[in-house]
Amino acid sequence: MNRINQKLQEDKKILSIYFSAGYPNLNDTVQIIQDLEKNGIDMIEIGLPFSDPLADGPTIQASSTQALHNGMTTQILFDQLENIRESVKIPLIIMGYFNPILQYGVEEFCKKCAAIGIDGLIIPDLPVDVYAEQYKETFEKYGIINVFLITPQTSDERIEFIDSVSNGFIYMVSSASVTGSQSGFGNTEESYFERIANMNLKSPQVIGFGISNKETFNQATKFAKGAIIGSAFIKHLSEKGTGNIAEFVKAIR
Amino acid sequence: MSFHVNEKGYYGEFGGAYIPEMLYPNVEELRQNYLKITADPSFQAEFDALLKDYVGRPTPLYFAERLSKKYNTKIYLKREDLCHTGAHKVNNTIGQILLAKRLGKNRIIAETGAGQHGVATATVCALMGLQCIVYMGEIDIKRQAPNVARMKMLGAEVRPALSGSKTLKDATNEAIRDWINNPVDTYYIIGSVVGPHPYPDMVARFQSVISAEIKTQLLEKEGRENPDHVIACVGGGSNAAGAFYHFLDEKDVNIIAVEAAGLGVDSGESAATSALGKIGIIHGSKTLLMQTPDGQITEPYSISAGLDYPGVGPMHAHLFASGRAEFISITDDEAMQFGLQLSKTEGIIPAIESAHAFAVLEQKKFGPDEIVVINLSGRGDKDLNTYIDYFKL
Repeated sequence: MNRINQKLQEDKKILSIYFSAGYPNLNDTVQIIQDLEKNGIDMIEIGLPFSDPLADGPTIQASSTQALHNGMTTQILFDQLENIRESVKIPLIIMGYFNPILQYGVEEFCKKCAAIGIDGLIIPDLPVDVYAEQYKETFEKYGIINVFLITPQTSDERIEFIDSVSNGFIYMVSSASVTGSQSGFGNTEESYFERIANMNLKSPQVIGFGISNKETFNQATKFAKGAIIGSAFIKHLSEKGTGNIAEFVKAIR
Repeated sequence: MSFHVNEKGYYGEFGGAYIPEMLYPNVEELRQNYLKITADPSFQAEFDALLKDYVGRPTPLYFAERLSKKYNTKIYLKREDLCHTGAHKVNNTIGQILLAKRLGKNRIIAETGAGQHGVATATVCALMGLQCIVYMGEIDIKRQAPNVARMKMLGAEVRPALSGSKTLKDATNEAIRDWINNPVDTYYIIGSVVGPHPYPDMVARFQSVISAEIKTQLLEKEGRENPDHVIACVGGGSNAAGAFYHFLDEKDVNIIAVEAAGLGVDSGESAATSALGKIGIIHGSKTLLMQTPDGQITEPYSISAGLDYPGVGPMHAHLFASGRAEFISITDDEAMQFGLQLSKTEGIIPAIESAHAFAVLEQKKFGPDEIVVINLSGRGDKDLNTYIDYFKL
């Protein structure tokens, strides 16, 4: 069974962390992954940097730009991750925009992920209908889980379609925003979380965008299986460096 | 073969809507409504009336006698430079603002490079009394101060795009992020035939008035609707889409798209997407795109701010790939020289973008009885500083 599905079956709320590969320094990728696992993180999204990240706010944009400036490429990331499964057991997901994956070749990319032990992909600008028509078979051939986003504006009908195409979890975007722009959840977000929880979807939901501390993590996981922290962790890396990951995780749970 | 968009939003293999889920409801609302709304007779009447009385259409199709004599062929200029605000851009912003109003939106956002689309958007927002926010790269804000001032006079807020290379593509990214953050009350007026479906088709339809008028005017002057050649410059490609639109299926019309070679196609400082681009995704559209082997979007260069876009609209990518259109690239120097020549020969100072289209006359020979229509997409007032610096005027 795919490590993502295994993790989702565990009787606990999942804390997942996103960071941009190659940030703050080109060769920090593996150390950050190992430290996150050591500190009890359940799942990691490794950001494949892109020059034009449309869905990201200033924090992730800046880390992505810095990573590219440091020399990160798709091939270098794969080289860095080559032996990652010798030391890391938790599910690993690559999150990246579609163009770099398209240039690498979608099938080649999936094949490489499978060989390394990457369990899933999140590609925000690959629409679910294009995936279902053109790429689903390829992903399944290599056992790669594809994760789709939903937002407060997504219709019930479309959520049900996304649920039917999903084979891992659904990434619930907490509010209408790019990454890193929220500070705390109010009634609007909570009622959206509750509405989705009550849809009884087959796929578990993990909430992202706007999770930055213990409070927002607890609010999100009251309704969902887990939550993803991105910008807040990258801010922590920028301010405190890569040596204080334990401190960051302890403050969340 | 069809050169128009299919029901899924593709031109051949190009186009589609490669957008994050956050944008899906906005783009889907537009997709479901744009044909219905624009086909409505009351929309048509309002659009036509504004084009006539506010923009000043139809723009003349002018027989350039001295230029024709020089190149020994029959050259007509489609005078989009005489549109209100100085370029064809306003044809599209009039159409989209009427659409936005019918969709009940009260906040308008736009991206701009040189500032022409920003000015055209600020103009129609003033006309309709709607809030207007224009995203513009920080570097472009410095380079295009007069257009920034025009937008402010028209009541628009100009927000600097501080990310990436701080130019047009980044301004577009910022406008898209704004739309993600404001999905309900906001309408995004894209300035070219780029972006996710239905934008390329919608903008091409609003600009198609250019070729519709060419047909009528040429019939009056020459007794035939179709020229032998139609020439236009392509950055994203909206003036070209408009000039080509009604000739796409007319096999006897040779279509020539002119890209900016910058310092030379192979100089590393160029915007000739058809020569340098590979298929990829930019701003929600699958199209030809200048990028690194790793799929990072690269920064193009041209002396003309309106042509330095790293992609090209999906319609043009298809015209190139299918061989329907001939693509020619023109360097900074060739365009600048022709800008001066057109000024002295016909008394018309062209936008540097449009000067690229004219410079084809130096590269390609046309027959003495052939009719060549060149789209003069904008006037050169905005480029005076560039002309002054280049020619030490």
